[in-house]
Amino acid sequence: MSRYLLGRVFQAVGVILAISLITFFILNVIPGDPVQLMMGEFATPEAIAQVRAQMGLDQPIYKQYFGWLGNMLRGDFGVSYFQHRPVLDMLLNSFGYTARLAVFAYVLALVFGLVFGILAAVFHNKFLDRLLMTLSIAGVSAPNFWVAIILQIYFGLTLKWFPISGAKAFNYYVLPAVALGTRYAASISRITRTSMLEVTKQDYMRTASAKGVHGWMLVMKHAFRNALIPVVTVAGTDLGNILTGSMLIETVFTIDGIGKLMVDAINQRDLPLVQGGVMYIAVICVVIYLLVDILYAVIDPRIRLGGGAEG
Amino acid sequence: MSKRKQTQEYRSYYQVSWDILRKNRVAMFCLLIILMLTIIAIFAPYLTKYDPNATKPRDRFQSPNAEHPFGTDQYGRDILTRIFYGCRISLSVGIISQLIASLLGYFIGVCAGYFGGRTDSVLSFIIQVFSSFPFLLFSIAVMFILGPGLVNLYIALGLLGWTSTARLIRGEVLRIKNSEYIQACVVGGGSPFRVIMKHLLPNCVPILIITVTLGIPNAILSEASLSYLGLGVSPPTASWGSMISEAQPFIRGYTYYSLFPGLAIIITVLSFNLLGDGLRDALDPKLRS
Repeated sequence: MSRYLLGRVFQAVGVILAISLITFFILNVIPGDPVQLMMGEFATPEAIAQVRAQMGLDQPIYKQYFGWLGNMLRGDFGVSYFQHRPVLDMLLNSFGYTARLAVFAYVLALVFGLVFGILAAVFHNKFLDRLLMTLSIAGVSAPNFWVAIILQIYFGLTLKWFPISGAKAFNYYVLPAVALGTRYAASISRITRTSMLEVTKQDYMRTASAKGVHGWMLVMKHAFRNALIPVVTVAGTDLGNILTGSMLIETVFTIDGIGKLMVDAINQRDLPLVQGGVMYIAVICVVIYLLVDILYAVIDPRIRLGGGAEG
Repeated sequence: MSKRKQTQEYRSYYQVSWDILRKNRVAMFCLLIILMLTIIAIFAPYLTKYDPNATKPRDRFQSPNAEHPFGTDQYGRDILTRIFYGCRISLSVGIISQLIASLLGYFIGVCAGYFGGRTDSVLSFIIQVFSSFPFLLFSIAVMFILGPGLVNLYIALGLLGWTSTARLIRGEVLRIKNSEYIQACVVGGGSPFRVIMKHLLPNCVPILIITVTLGIPNAILSEASLSYLGLGVSPPTASWGSMISEAQPFIRGYTYYSLFPGLAIIITVLSFNLLGDGLRDALDPKLRS
């Protein structure tokens, strides 16, 4: 187990390094002159040269990369070009909103996804199954920013149940969380159903049923626990997707989270902020995927190649 | 021909698959919708008398009526016409980006699976890096640099969407590379290129068909998201995502405007998703009874 863990952690560090290299390459090398990009077409050559020197862009590219990476490891993500504040401070300030929204959306997605998935599997090929699966395929197919706008129109403007912009209190998060969570509730319910149906065919299910385990006991204790493994993978990647999906939702609901910060940064062509934001979100996602893999190993003893004392 | 004789007739793998797919009513209905969408995309100029981008301030904000079945937008442009033209963007982005992605995914997956060893470790690591990167974030970064535009969308979504194909192809190649017919080809002096193109490719085609069909809806959704953020096609070109974004300031008085482009996205994405599911059932021998 610990060997597996260590290997997996090393791998995650490697992935983060590779991502930093790609991010740096995409955002600094491809555009030719990031300063030109940042300052627009009307900047004078002198101003550009000055900013270039200030940002260390007159140095060789590998030095720039290691400088940037080193600074980031020390917590220095650079300074926003437009707001003149440290990028890391801005990201940390906004992260609270994004985290709250993501957690609400995720809880919604998990609860509805699992419940619907289990119900669909139990009532396989019955009306309830068909209904839930139709809803879920529609949920997977709808763009979340559009769902958000429709929720705003109906529950915000027509029924006036919930506010449609800002994030001042809990009720402000209801519509955004539903809009963000719908797609993932749908995908989790689909994988839960498939996995449950797969498990039902196994021999140990017949054994359990033969020795007299029936009804929900059989479903929850024998089927669901074994069906959870693929669900964990999907649910894990979904958490990463929820974090990035919140970019659109925050924009629709004008919530000052990381997503909106990034979208504004992109519109203002604020390169340090875009770069820092991409790295910040990417690292969070890699850490989430790492945790999912560890959880995976905890749930599924077959993955723990080294040890095997517990489980 | 008697029924008995028909069952003894030789049916190829794809004929059997087609038979299974044809019996799947949902999938066939979706195929029909996709054909209709394709016709709309190709013949858009002949299906409507309006220009998608010409502004007519006098006709602005009309509710759906006989002249304008979906109404008009804030510049007096016919919304149905713009949805027809938006169909071109969505379908072409979906299809072209997925062709690029599967080509890349196939070659990376095949090289990883077939050559094994160090090549496999390096390529697998690259696959892992690209799939750890949140897709939307990555495509936003790439579009931020490339700038808005149709070709840039093909490139961005194609260069980023290949990882799941590569992973599946690698698995399939690992499974079949020790088969006798592959060994026979190698012993007979076949080059790796010949093995990859002549023997591995035909075996991977079903996987590629499935990944392309299921990749298209994701690419369409990504395009819509990027266009919504202003990073897709540049205005005034009509794209479903950018139409939703243009409609947003008017949600208080003018609901139709937001509704129709979103419905267009759902119908298109849903059709590809359901067709993809049907194709998977038809093409995967493990699911055949």
